[in-house]
Amino acid sequence: MAHWPTHASLHGLSARVVARLGDAVIDVGEAAGELSVRIVREAVADALRTLRDAPDLEFEQLMDMSGVDYPERAERFEVNYHLLSLRHNWRLRVKVSTDEETPVPTVTGVFPVAGWYEREVFDLYGVLFAGHPDLRRILTDYGFEGHPLRKDFPLSGLYELRYSETEKRIVREPVQLRQDYRDFDFLSPWEGLLPGDEKASP
Amino acid sequence: MTRHEILVGASGLPAATEDPIETYKVNFGPQHPAAHGVLRLVLELDGEVVERVDPHIGLLHRGTEKLVEYKTYLQALPYLDRLDYCSPMSMEHSFVLAIEKLLGLAVPPRAQWLRVLWAELMRLSNHLLNTATHAMDVGALTPILWMFAERERIYDFSERVSGARMHAAWFRPGGVHQDMPDGLADEIRALAERLPKLLDDVEELVAENRIFKQRNVDIGVISARDALAWGFSGPCLRASGLAWDLRKAQPYETYGEVDFDVPVGTKGDCYDRFMVRLHEMRQSVRIIRQCLDRLEGMQGWPVLADDPRVTPPRRAEMKRSMEALIRHFKLYTEGFHVPAGEVYVATESPKGEFGVHLVADGTNRPYRCHFRATGMAHLQAMEFLCRGHMLADVPAILGSLDIVFGEVDR
Repeated sequence: MAHWPTHASLHGLSARVVARLGDAVIDVGEAAGELSVRIVREAVADALRTLRDAPDLEFEQLMDMSGVDYPERAERFEVNYHLLSLRHNWRLRVKVSTDEETPVPTVTGVFPVAGWYEREVFDLYGVLFAGHPDLRRILTDYGFEGHPLRKDFPLSGLYELRYSETEKRIVREPVQLRQDYRDFDFLSPWEGLLPGDEKASP
Repeated sequence: MTRHEILVGASGLPAATEDPIETYKVNFGPQHPAAHGVLRLVLELDGEVVERVDPHIGLLHRGTEKLVEYKTYLQALPYLDRLDYCSPMSMEHSFVLAIEKLLGLAVPPRAQWLRVLWAELMRLSNHLLNTATHAMDVGALTPILWMFAERERIYDFSERVSGARMHAAWFRPGGVHQDMPDGLADEIRALAERLPKLLDDVEELVAENRIFKQRNVDIGVISARDALAWGFSGPCLRASGLAWDLRKAQPYETYGEVDFDVPVGTKGDCYDRFMVRLHEMRQSVRIIRQCLDRLEGMQGWPVLADDPRVTPPRRAEMKRSMEALIRHFKLYTEGFHVPAGEVYVATESPKGEFGVHLVADGTNRPYRCHFRATGMAHLQAMEFLCRGHMLADVPAILGSLDIVFGEVDR
């Protein structure tokens, strides 16, 4: 038996979700015992309202929102909404995708908790949320530039702060590394080539 | 013209127009003993009444989620300890479960019981800290002196089991790093015997205390409906009357086999949140006793899965076998590869639901790892909870929400 947290069986949930959301659904997928629904970006606020209010679904809580960056995609950002139904003991992941410019409709009107979650996704990825009452940065410093969790943002950052003994104040300078950041490539070019290599099997 | 003349007029009758009342803006923190860390609250006050609260967080932001993307799964694990540093192993718990879920890796029974035991010890340690400091914030100084002594014992246990008082890195994908040293189980049992007496004493001291009740009862009330909308979880949600506990609802490890109750509040005020935590500690003691009983019958059982992909070989084996040495070297340099996929795994950490959204791309490093910080949702509700309360209630509400900035700011 699985020892990780398991909720109630998802049997029949995807059909219910599709029936309720209708055209807004792009695709539904179940993997590792978790259900993901990709929906049309413009419909996200209405879809979450439906998921919350429909009596056979009742996803009362928006537990989490997270962004993911896939730079190779046309719409590079994916925003995940993790919903929880306490009554039915289900979890559901709703996905929308967007790019740097196109805003995602805010869901603060449906779940007030989304206020900070959307600020966080905006701060870390630069995803815009249309209609958000107060879209400020939240985690990064005052006056921070860039969106740190984008894949093209360097791990070491762009600027560093230090106290300057000569100027008697904090100075902000571009990051200069004495040694390049060491990034090893662990993907072996031999993988899948050698006979009897057990790693080759999927 | 004096202020009196403006207000009542020269004729002695009230003037037609009154002065507009200006609100004060007060910075609470980031360095304030009652802020529980580096929290900056911008408070707008009308006299002593709070009109608006704007929490500024991120002063402890270390970019954990970014750093984890550049580390192997095993190297990323210790970063989790530094999230909620009051219950480090509970943070590791969600992360290792997420990895195991993606790998489909089974964990030996003794390791599961050990994890439950330590998750509950972390809950004790966290609640001892929170209830003690909450009581201190509203003026009761004795509980912190009593409770910190026992909390220190839990740190000692952590040091004996993992080598580190706080940043244990003891839960590993596939089990736990090492078995507990001999004799530790007896000392944990002794603690479990002592604690109920301490909890009774603390409850007797504060529960019916007039000052404590005046400072907490009916302060920061949140209904079950609002608590759901604001993303509450854990003791804060249960204080509003919802008996929702992931250990019961979505049992993981061996929580399905242990016997415990879920304490709930009725009103959802600061007093209920305090009492729910106090009662949860009694339940944790119950779980710990059951864990120790079960572990007694499993002496010498393996504590780490024997999966060459994920877990290191035994040290004795490495002395004799070249293959074991290679396996060890590969595991600690390259790490293991996790199949592509996406999971959201949430456990009942002492503060509430701590979730890990892990996106793997089949390499040895997480493609994206998002941590669902419990405290972030709770802190966001500060404005909702504090509006209309007095300034002095702000520390009481903040204390009752159990905020730790390592987790909120990540």
